[in-house]
Amino acid sequence: MTKLHVAVFLQTAGASEVIDRVPASFSPFVLPFVIGISFFLCWITVGLIRVLYAIPASDRRKLAISLVNPKIAWKNIRDLFCDCLFHVKIWQRKPLLGYMHSSIAFGWFMLIVLGHIEVALFVPWHLSFSKGSLYYPIFYRYFIWTDPAHVTLRGSFFFFLMDFFLLYVLTGIALAVFKRFRSIVLGMRHTTKPSLADRLALYSLWLIFPLRLLAESFTADLSGGSFLTVPVNHLWHLLFGEKLYFMPVWWAYSICLGVFFAAMPFSRYMHILTEVLWILFRNAGLQPSHPRKGVAEAEIYACSSCGLCLDACPMNVQKKNLKYSSVYFIRRLRRHNERKINLIADKCLMCDKCHVLCPVGVDAPALRRAQRKTVKNALTYDYSYLSALSAPGSSVSSAENAPETETSGRGCSVPSALGSSVSFAENAPETEIFGRGGAVSSDVPRVLYFAGCMTHLTPRILRSVEELFRKAGVDWQFMDREGGICCGRPLMLAGRTDAAAELVAANKRMIEASGCDTLVLSCPICYKIFKEDYALSGIRVLHHTQFIKELVDAGRLVLSKGTDSVVYHDPCELGRGCGVYAEPRAVLSQIADLKKPSQDGDESVCCGGSLGSLTLNANDREWITSGSVKILLKASDGSPLHPDALVTACPLCLKTFNEAAPVPVKDFAEIVLEHSA
Amino acid sequence: MVDFGFSLSPSSRIDLDEFDRKTFDRLLALEPDAKKCMECGSCSAVCTASRYTETSVRRALHALRNGCGAQAVEELKGCQFCGKCTMVCPRGINTRHLILSILKIYGAL
Repeated sequence: MTKLHVAVFLQTAGASEVIDRVPASFSPFVLPFVIGISFFLCWITVGLIRVLYAIPASDRRKLAISLVNPKIAWKNIRDLFCDCLFHVKIWQRKPLLGYMHSSIAFGWFMLIVLGHIEVALFVPWHLSFSKGSLYYPIFYRYFIWTDPAHVTLRGSFFFFLMDFFLLYVLTGIALAVFKRFRSIVLGMRHTTKPSLADRLALYSLWLIFPLRLLAESFTADLSGGSFLTVPVNHLWHLLFGEKLYFMPVWWAYSICLGVFFAAMPFSRYMHILTEVLWILFRNAGLQPSHPRKGVAEAEIYACSSCGLCLDACPMNVQKKNLKYSSVYFIRRLRRHNERKINLIADKCLMCDKCHVLCPVGVDAPALRRAQRKTVKNALTYDYSYLSALSAPGSSVSSAENAPETETSGRGCSVPSALGSSVSFAENAPETEIFGRGGAVSSDVPRVLYFAGCMTHLTPRILRSVEELFRKAGVDWQFMDREGGICCGRPLMLAGRTDAAAELVAANKRMIEASGCDTLVLSCPICYKIFKEDYALSGIRVLHHTQFIKELVDAGRLVLSKGTDSVVYHDPCELGRGCGVYAEPRAVLSQIADLKKPSQDGDESVCCGGSLGSLTLNANDREWITSGSVKILLKASDGSPLHPDALVTACPLCLKTFNEAAPVPVKDFAEIVLEHSA
Repeated sequence: MVDFGFSLSPSSRIDLDEFDRKTFDRLLALEPDAKKCMECGSCSAVCTASRYTETSVRRALHALRNGCGAQAVEELKGCQFCGKCTMVCPRGINTRHLILSILKIYGAL
């Protein structure tokens, strides 16, 4: 320090404990930081305007309303703290990883906030832009001098907090560096391969906080400090003598910050701010209509590229499939790599596990569907034949209207390729699409049962359901005894939404004409679309697990507890898709010893048979199935479960597992029937 | 030569000159498993749409092999994409992707 400096602060001393050490309140070392942050602020301002401009006016209105709606506003605040700062979702599943993320996010946030509070309390005039508000709070410890003899309790309290949060961030950074080498310790088998910009931002992020410690400790005898910076300062004095050259470390600190902010828009760390926008969009209920523009853009940039979806993805039992994971899909979207985007979009099984496990709730499967829609929606189709379909009780029969006479009766028997020769529609009148079953008490049945395409491939499910309905005395009607039409969900998953809408309309017409008040489905794929997209007014839509539970609860089905142990597999569309987890478990625990596999509930793994994937071949699917079976047959501690049966509630899962599992695979309805009196 | 009284019916004759190898190769590039099909007809037997309209993956692939792209598209226009054919295919062909690919390539012609 020069004599002039000393003279300056001696003049102003006495008024406050903190004094401007650098009268110009500027030093050239702040420039790298100022350039970096200015570029970054311009970039996000332009980006924000672009995103808001790209979303439809109705969505903008929705967003504005959501911001003043107290319920959504409260959810916004809660989500911003829990998701952005504390990373509660990661904490819940992987505590060490949660600590790492939250220490960096929350610690850094607190350092910035406390830095500004310090400035506001001790040197408030520096909060004006002309007095360096952009950089002053960041480099506060460089610009001030604190009289060690007059440090107040308030001053030392802030010094303590700043040192505490710096230490907190440093522990997180240490974990992050460690994670690069041994991620499995923090609970991650695979981590994302960083891109060039990611690396640049990552290494500068790693350096920012050690350099901050270095810089603040070098000046701690001038600016003051607490339990961390002061002892380190003593160490430097011990090593380098009385006079410390602190400018190089402050330059290094500023350059690192500048590099980080300049690289941020091109790296994964953009999520730190876009996450906020995405949470607001998400809570306002905005859906991406295009895979790249508007809402989707906010969603894409909200991806932190953390790689939690890598371990979640069922495809990744084979290492070659890692490149199809959501994190890489989003990276390709960011880079507009059209060819690879389509390749990755078509591969996905749409099991939705990456969406559920995503710490910021990025709905990658929805983006993939939006991408598929841009390509596949133009494909030709002709469903004019659907208009000939008859409603129940109507005199026009579908079979008569079918263009070819040879087709009649085709839907009646199960093909021998399935190894089953049961004809389950022998007694049904051939001319009606609706078959009546059970105790018929009135013309209008209360319950309509729609088996769906897949259930017709696994007739044991629908026979079990029929038998259970008979036992419980349900007044029901079979909508597609001889085979109906598809629910439309497979087309929807493929991005052919226009074609799907025609099937939805045709089914809806028939269901509403039936006059039923409850629609029961055996296939979760159907269940999801019937529940979400059909808008059947006044009709309850239930999966058979839910309906059977109601029958059991009402005492219409009497169950007996057996000695066998079972493992229940949550089908993707039923569990993550529709949130039905409790009902099947409630019934199964009444009839058998229900064992918990290593991954279930919302972490359940796809069976590999999913209709979501368009391009995955049979061989890759077998890999997924065997991987999934392994997960289901072991407990979370890795010990084998040896269940007597594997129970699922989806015809597709049943058929897929049946070919790979070493234990009998049963549908929920089947095992309930076995245990019913 | 003895005349047995048989002759080829003109309608079922295959005109190999009409077979567009390049387009078929594009299809095979998208879905190589198309070569695996042995035309067993399992797909057609379970087909949801075939109950109401002319839809058959087997016939579509047969038509393609005979160089009749337009007829193949016609066979698949009514497909509801439910995926039953994929589930029953003894050769493990991803018939859904095959259908998409045929519609994409031959539907655009």
